[in-house]
Amino acid sequence: MPGGSSLYKSGTGMWMWVAHRTTGVAVFFFLLIHVTDTALVRVSPEAYNQVIGLYKNPFMGLVESGLVAAIIFHALNGLRIISVDVWEWANRHQNRLAWAVWILWIIAMAGFLPRHLGHVFGGE
Amino acid sequence: MSAPAVVPPRFRRPPHSRIHTEKWAWLFMRASGALLIVLIFTHLFVNLMTGNGISAIDFGFVAGKWANPLWKWWDAAMLVLAMIHGTNGMRLLVNDYARTRWVRRTLKSALAAAFTLVVVLGSLVIFTFDPCPEGAAATDLNAAVCASITHTATTSEAP
Repeated sequence: MPGGSSLYKSGTGMWMWVAHRTTGVAVFFFLLIHVTDTALVRVSPEAYNQVIGLYKNPFMGLVESGLVAAIIFHALNGLRIISVDVWEWANRHQNRLAWAVWILWIIAMAGFLPRHLGHVFGGE
Repeated sequence: MSAPAVVPPRFRRPPHSRIHTEKWAWLFMRASGALLIVLIFTHLFVNLMTGNGISAIDFGFVAGKWANPLWKWWDAAMLVLAMIHGTNGMRLLVNDYARTRWVRRTLKSALAAAFTLVVVLGSLVIFTFDPCPEGAAATDLNAAVCASITHTATTSEAP
């Protein structure tokens, strides 16, 4: 361990924990914004369409991809946390389950990204 | 390399609460998390993967979805569960990282305010939604939804 002064044990579990917190915070703040902009449907159709229109560009399309990536990771890792808590086999093999999380995440993103980016960059 | 010396934390454990708040919070995170996977994955699939995905989202799209009470309750359940789940997660982070009592208290008050505001605002928007407000441009509205509303209005007026 460089420096040797850190009390962190490092290893897969710790990084999964860091990623779980990071993605959780990101999704929380997105949720606050998401409810607020959707609330514009109660102001007027025009106001809502105008603000949603601001999101319809390649940059926001990539931000949305990042958010979906964060949500899918948080969901899959959450399932890993639950199984580690309740299932002894999972507790012993949490490392292997961490890899399962990333493999499933890649599969889910491979299903999502082409379609979403097609909508974002394909014009329709 | 010898292991770093660990200074025992000076921490007074708060008296056990009778209702075991932290145990229930722990359990809630697992239960709501599992439920939110179903709710949010469906939400994302329907809104982003079907039809024209994100480029089809506008006022008319929302009106079309909320014409069905199932989607209203779906979204309300997502709103409440995700806000409790997220706010509790943020509370745990505040407990871990905020060093002084003042910072802890300020951040937790901000969390409570954000929670109340977003849940009340979101619920009101879902359940008082008007798909065809007067004076709106017809091009902004969902024609099918508005036609079905005028249709039921005229048929219910007839004796």
